[in-house]
Amino acid sequence: MLIVEQALNGLQFGLMLFLLAAGLTLVFGVMDMINLAHGSLYMVGAFVAAWLVALTGSFVLGIAGAVVLTAVFGMALEVVLLRTLYARDHLSQVLATFALILILNDGVKMIFGNDLPLSAPAALAGPVELLPGLVYPAYRLLILAVGLVLALLLWLLVQKTRMGALVRAGASNRTMATALGVDITRLFTFVFGIGAALCAVAGALLGPLLAVQVGMGENILILAFVVIVIGGIGSIRGALVGAILVGGIDTLGRTLLQHLFREFLPPQWASAAGPAVASVAVYVFMAVVLAVKPQGLFPARG
Amino acid sequence: MLHLRAPRTLVAPALLLAALALGAASAEAADKVKVGFVSTLSGPSSALGVDIRDGFLLAVKLNGGKLGNLPADVLVSDDQFKPDVAKQLFEKNIKRDKVDFMTGVVFSNIMLAALPEALDANTFYISPNAAPSSIAGKDCNPLFFAVSWPNDAYHEAAGQYANTRDLKSVYLVAPNYQAGKDSLAGFKRTFKGTVAGENYTKLGQLDYAAELAEIRAAKPQAVYIFLPGGMGINFIKQYVGAGLGKDTTLLLPGFSADQDVINPVGAAMAGLFNTAHWSPDFTNAANVKFMAEFQKEYKRVPTLYASQGYDAALLIDAAVRDTKGRLEDHEAVRKALKAARFDSVRGPFKFNTNQYPIQNYFVRTIGSDGKGGLVNKSFNEPILKNHGDAYVQNCAMK
Repeated sequence: MLIVEQALNGLQFGLMLFLLAAGLTLVFGVMDMINLAHGSLYMVGAFVAAWLVALTGSFVLGIAGAVVLTAVFGMALEVVLLRTLYARDHLSQVLATFALILILNDGVKMIFGNDLPLSAPAALAGPVELLPGLVYPAYRLLILAVGLVLALLLWLLVQKTRMGALVRAGASNRTMATALGVDITRLFTFVFGIGAALCAVAGALLGPLLAVQVGMGENILILAFVVIVIGGIGSIRGALVGAILVGGIDTLGRTLLQHLFREFLPPQWASAAGPAVASVAVYVFMAVVLAVKPQGLFPARG
Repeated sequence: MLHLRAPRTLVAPALLLAALALGAASAEAADKVKVGFVSTLSGPSSALGVDIRDGFLLAVKLNGGKLGNLPADVLVSDDQFKPDVAKQLFEKNIKRDKVDFMTGVVFSNIMLAALPEALDANTFYISPNAAPSSIAGKDCNPLFFAVSWPNDAYHEAAGQYANTRDLKSVYLVAPNYQAGKDSLAGFKRTFKGTVAGENYTKLGQLDYAAELAEIRAAKPQAVYIFLPGGMGINFIKQYVGAGLGKDTTLLLPGFSADQDVINPVGAAMAGLFNTAHWSPDFTNAANVKFMAEFQKEYKRVPTLYASQGYDAALLIDAAVRDTKGRLEDHEAVRKALKAARFDSVRGPFKFNTNQYPIQNYFVRTIGSDGKGGLVNKSFNEPILKNHGDAYVQNCAMK
């Protein structure tokens, strides 16, 4: 039962990573832009959600409002600023979006303060018995459910709609897509908006578990990049598989490895070594994947 | 050709004279007290630093803006929970602002990183919180005074309380840093039952799903945690969310059971037992005054952190008063600090030979405050009486 519970934890973490990675991989795949400020959109989503939940008293309204407002903000950012970066090389994009991280961090601090409280709705504050002997927090089940639903919706959007076909075409070969008359400008803004909306969902849902604070996007951004590298740039399917793998390795690594280390190390060392080796394990896995499949597991291009 | 630069042979003596003159000027009796206050004022655990600061500043304010007989200049800055930032702030306060005392740091790892700046410059550090075992023992220093408690103390009290409750197996969780290690070592020192598991989490970690699953699998009778600030808030919320609260007793040190945790966690805290050196319901005159003034000034119930900040200011006030403001006489200041002639809000207070407190520790329980909220209430009899620490014999100071 411990393994099952830890597997659920890993899946939950992986699905939230997927929400961030999906937007990131689309932006990188379709627009060929490295957007370091993606984690900041996650932070903005969390702050707006916390602010709205406090204002309206409703968790659902808070998340919905955060998604809409962050998507609008993301699209505005794209139109005003990021559009100019598409033509430039990756290094300029890194520098510019890194500056954006710093600006957004201080901007959020000025508007909302350093941190905001955000609690899970009271109805979900307790546990649920899934199977006899398997008890799991209701709120995390909500996260799992939302993650799975969004993954499904995203798959439907990308595979079954015309807009999705355009996105896949743009990710596959941008020049050819433009040559075939796709309105690239509107497409890019749309992709960016979707990415921002997904970030906002992740930020709002993870807010009660982690803290809603300035700088919260930076740690998760690094893992999101690892995920899209493993999954393949531009591929939603790759982002999902990569995210679940990374989430699983991280969570199971933290716990199973600790059990292993505790066999022959004192508890303080085992507790430090477990998470450290788990985080290395994620990068080792990435290196192995790249050695075998340099374009990632499900490359979108070519 | 005019020689516009001073001949080389005159520059060095001139500089030396200037330095001596400046040195002589500062050797006169001080006309004010400068205190450098560095603490964690932002991030998930900022409530602790903010409370220590508010307690400290309140004591100064109630004393007419003075410490002792001298006007006080308290320079407050935020270490942002980062040891390197704290080190820089200490350096700035000591070298540029030339403070007489440094104080304020909440977390042991941050304090240990910044402390050498004070010790190397022969500046007193009055700790209103972090008091690691290393400095109680072999690394003890005449410049270091802990106004709060030795790091292990609350946990030794909790271990003793677990014995009185006849608890046979306990699962332990603490962050992997000096105070975390001290805490579980302290608990195990007094606890007579079995340790069902011992888990050191990452300092600052906020998601405890994996650890809670481990606890559930280990099936202990009770869980004892040391997770100060935002870490504890998240753990307790997730503990309740995982349904562990029903069958497993949660024992806490005061650090994870005071107002800064009670307010965000809410009703789930009712009835939980915790250990501390101070409780809001102490009836000594100093505490009655502190409780009334703090609530009037800040419109909230103080935590034990605020009481420590307040006591730290009272200690410095007593030292300045007893040396009649002659802060340049380091030995006299040290003697006055050691004598600790002030009325602490916790009741009786005295320093051990290693300059850590010897005091009573109490069990508290969280109950209704009569106004729809929750507050800590203490048991009358201390669980540990006149308790020092386990490291004093390693300290060379006598």
